[in-house]
Amino acid sequence: MKIKNAKSTKVFNLMGFIYITIMGLFCLIPFIVIVSGSLTSQDYIVKHGYSILPKEFSVEAYKAIFIFPKQIITAYGVTIGVTIIGTAIGLILISMGGYVLQRKDFKYRNSVSFYIYFTTLFGGGLIPWYILMTKYLHLKDTYQVLVIPGLMSPFLIILMKSFMKSIPEEIVESAKVDGAGDFKIYSSLIMPLAKPALATIGLFLALAYWNDWFTSSIFISSANKFSLQYVLYNILQTSEFFRSSSSANVATSYNLPTESLKLATAVVATGPVILFYPFVQKYFIQGLTIGAVKG
Amino acid sequence: MKIKKNGLLQDLYKNRVMWLMITPIIIFFFIFSYVPMVGIYYAFTHFNFRGGLFGSPFAGLDNFKFLFKGGSSAVIWTLTRNTALYNVAFILIGNVLQILTAIILCELPGRLYKKGVQSVMFLPYFISFVIVGVFVYNMFSFEYGLVNNLLKGLGKSPVNFYANTGVWKYIIVGAQIWKSLGYGTVIYLAAVIGIDRSIYEAADIDGANVFQKIRKITLPLLKPTFVLLLLFSLGSILKGQFDLFYQIIGKNGSLYGATDIIDTYVYRALTVNFDVGLGTAAGLYQSFFGMVLVIGVNFIIRKVNDDYALF
Repeated sequence: MKIKNAKSTKVFNLMGFIYITIMGLFCLIPFIVIVSGSLTSQDYIVKHGYSILPKEFSVEAYKAIFIFPKQIITAYGVTIGVTIIGTAIGLILISMGGYVLQRKDFKYRNSVSFYIYFTTLFGGGLIPWYILMTKYLHLKDTYQVLVIPGLMSPFLIILMKSFMKSIPEEIVESAKVDGAGDFKIYSSLIMPLAKPALATIGLFLALAYWNDWFTSSIFISSANKFSLQYVLYNILQTSEFFRSSSSANVATSYNLPTESLKLATAVVATGPVILFYPFVQKYFIQGLTIGAVKG
Repeated sequence: MKIKKNGLLQDLYKNRVMWLMITPIIIFFFIFSYVPMVGIYYAFTHFNFRGGLFGSPFAGLDNFKFLFKGGSSAVIWTLTRNTALYNVAFILIGNVLQILTAIILCELPGRLYKKGVQSVMFLPYFISFVIVGVFVYNMFSFEYGLVNNLLKGLGKSPVNFYANTGVWKYIIVGAQIWKSLGYGTVIYLAAVIGIDRSIYEAADIDGANVFQKIRKITLPLLKPTFVLLLLFSLGSILKGQFDLFYQIIGKNGSLYGATDIIDTYVYRALTVNFDVGLGTAAGLYQSFFGMVLVIGVNFIIRKVNDDYALF
């Protein structure tokens, strides 16, 4: 009996090991191809295409980015600014709301929750929203439009509410007895206790701002306000244009290493996310777990 | 005038600080979610930008007639079929792989290696869809793509994927699986780890092997989570993954037949064809039937298990 179990466990472990290794590679290989492509010389890519490991090592593409850095640096500045401001404002608004929505003595908490939730069920759609933003609120081509749409979402508010529910009610009760007002309780008692919640939701907000290309694509027309991901998107489209317009001749006579430049820009635009990833991963896992169970 | 006891007005005064704290959220959703609902009216107009909301000529149901014109080959059916079928593929294949991965990750020995693999799988979730577009191009580009390189290496002739509509179904589903595998695994892993370990210990004593334990304990106990997540995702089956489709297919019109979803159609109506009325009509169709679906699904969930119902 014991031997049979040990045998089936071995079989399982072997199969499981192979399976997760394949899945891990499936998830990892695209990243490797991008990084090694960005480090390969343009000539090699034009002649032989992409490969998993860099064959002719070259940092020309990175040099090219830093020869004409203005566009990338401006976009970096815009995205960092938008991410910081948006995340800060969003966190304040979401945490205040989440706090109120879980207070049992707030009689209309269910009505307000449904008011928020209903927007995920039904809406006017993209176009009425777009016309409201541009024609009536005059937000076209402004910095504000990059910040405002991402400030909050029903998912994040509900997530904050679930987090705050786990803070013991007695804390609020005893503070009330001591005569503290609702805002005072929120700002000096709840906020310090809600640090993990703030970290998780702040990171969800920041990631969405960092990865946003769509807002720039429909609202922004002046290049100095483009977000980083949209600049990346544009660079990809332009080099694709060179490629498809008159084949490789243009690309090689054109001085820039277009193929590897694309990939180098992708690496530069994604770098911070990958760099922070090991430190922030656990907060996302926490958020997803709580969101899925209670949200 | 006497204010009604326990009424809204009285509560507004009594809990004024709390109301003040939640006002920004109420205003935010009012302006950016509820006000645009008025714009549904565009669907019934021949919109022009100068006329705006109420100055544009009334069109009745013209926009909807256009969408539904042509019987079974009407624009709207192609869009609906693409949107729904892609989502079904994402949901079914995605969930099965996520459950499988979660179970294996839970049962396998070797903490460090498992942690590493899980981190790698979760990584694509953090990447912007622009980068997903780059990946796909890297893999499938005719001149430079990795896949064609491998084909050439094996002595086969390269395939021009960008002129071949058939393969894009698989590429899009693959890209979505790639992006969401780690994300879904996290959710199922929490459910697997939540299972009471003493059940497994009892099974060990009875001499059950690891396959039997998975089949008789893990899978049945995961079923409620699976059914719930499945039902919820079926409720949003008409909501397309705009970023995914737009970044992978982009403006490649020859692929639209197999890859156009409602969301990309609406986006083009706004940015390319400037047909506000038609785009709004398609969006309204999506939003309305999306809501009907969610309410229907919620009704079923309530029948099955009241605790899990959304409302």
